[in-house]
Amino acid sequence: MNIVVCAKQIPDPSAPQSLDAQNNLNRSGKLLLDEADTYGVEMALQLAEASGGEVVVVSMGDATDLTGLRTALAMGAARAIVVSDPALRGADALDTASVLSAVISSVSPDLVLTATESSDGYTGTIPAQIAELLGWPSVTFAKSLAGAGDKLHVTRQSEAGFDEVAVSLPAVVSVTAGVVEPRYASFKGIMAAKSKPVEVKSLSDLGITLIGGQAINSVNNAPSRQAGEKFVDDGTAAEKIVAFLESVKVI
Amino acid sequence: MTIANLWVVLEPGENGFTSTSLELLSHARTIATSVSGVTWGAGASHAAQAGEYGATTLLTVAVPENTLPGAAVAAAISSGSLPDVIVIPTSYDGRDIAGRLSARLKRPVLTNATNLSGDLHTEHQIFGGTQIVDAHFTSPGVGIVVVRAKSFSAIPAGGAPATVSQLSVPDLGRRGESTITNRHVEEVSGPKLEEASVVVSGGRGIGEVAGFAVIEEIASLLNGAAGASRAIVDAGWVPYSLQVGQTGKTVKPDVYIACGISGATQHMVGMKGSKTIIAINKDPDAPIFQIADLGIVGDVKTVLPALVAALRARS
Repeated sequence: MNIVVCAKQIPDPSAPQSLDAQNNLNRSGKLLLDEADTYGVEMALQLAEASGGEVVVVSMGDATDLTGLRTALAMGAARAIVVSDPALRGADALDTASVLSAVISSVSPDLVLTATESSDGYTGTIPAQIAELLGWPSVTFAKSLAGAGDKLHVTRQSEAGFDEVAVSLPAVVSVTAGVVEPRYASFKGIMAAKSKPVEVKSLSDLGITLIGGQAINSVNNAPSRQAGEKFVDDGTAAEKIVAFLESVKVI
Repeated sequence: MTIANLWVVLEPGENGFTSTSLELLSHARTIATSVSGVTWGAGASHAAQAGEYGATTLLTVAVPENTLPGAAVAAAISSGSLPDVIVIPTSYDGRDIAGRLSARLKRPVLTNATNLSGDLHTEHQIFGGTQIVDAHFTSPGVGIVVVRAKSFSAIPAGGAPATVSQLSVPDLGRRGESTITNRHVEEVSGPKLEEASVVVSGGRGIGEVAGFAVIEEIASLLNGAAGASRAIVDAGWVPYSLQVGQTGKTVKPDVYIACGISGATQHMVGMKGSKTIIAINKDPDAPIFQIADLGIVGDVKTVLPALVAALRARS
């Protein structure tokens, strides 16, 4: 089974974030592989290892520093394709999905795995947009997957619990975090990743017209919440919490 | 300004439509002249509730049984004449519908909105809710907006039952080939996370997966619900359904108790609307203390067992 994993390099989520003059997320610092994508990479590697097949990482973004994508290659993905073009700066979800699906078409995999959403943009619509553009079925919010012939059996998070879903291939599946333990890249893997092929494409290579159609009007500070009292626990913390709960009439 | 014709995607829930659907419907009638609902499955039999919350028409989509609804609902909406705006709840199926609709109609989608005005401006919280982005569509065409839970209040308006009419589903090709073979309902004791008046959440500071038992116990003693930070969901300690935050659920309880949660922006956006917040964390500089009404600098491993004992002693 050949699998495409969509992955994104994002600014360090633990560092302070800001917008640039164009109201795009400031991406000038070091970029990392979105941790949310590591689960898809791991699942893809497990499925490909079990069935014999290749894992290809597909991404969109600045290609000057590809350390983040090399992380996925070091885990075991065979190669990567990155679409990088100044015109894509600030691209919205639909344009991103158009770009990714054009690349996916050229790879023609059996399965596309994504995170449920990126940790920096978090629109959460791209998996369904890619599936619709490709004319494929999709299952979002997968907790686990197992292959069987031309079908994939997926357990999907639902509002009430979870559903078992059978989806025909090729398909797009988005996976939630925490369902597999992403492997650490071995030293051998890290060394091998340095020489794995990373193809950088421009928008004109794909022949796509961007749609756009949304813009930020203004960005304002939200009304801030005042901090209340802070105590260092001296053994009376539980009492203080109980007193607080009484004061707000919860108990 | 008001929107002439607005559709709200009404997701079928346990009893009628989901609470987010009703919140959106309640808001829709304040910004639009004509409001219709779009639903499927069991939703088709809730014309009375749709009308009660402000929809004059309920458009139903015959999603093939045991099929995920995203592809069919998006295709059915796209096939006929379109309204000015389509508003969709942020949920598992809601995002599928929004994504597929956007791709089908070649229209952008504004997601994670927390407000929508009659002149079609949306608000979105970024950076942990510290900043609010005001956005809008720049090209003509239907506006697709996905709105977060609890952005509005669900208030019935006493309208007559909505008139039911069907939206037909065109040929989906392979798009509809995802079949639900089995449904599992996870029994939750006590109130649901999104509806509980008290939420007790655990983060990395609980130390280990077993540490979550005391979170659940306190939640139960306070007739509340247990939640979690992304860190311990990613670590596989608790299921995704318990995650509070940007990528999880939005909660606005009377009291939110954050236990061993530092307060990453990703978490804060999901709970900063709580009426009151109690935080317990070892790190005196943890960002969560900046929004806590009561902050305890201490180890959850000693504070929480003491709290359990104190609460038990009262009951």
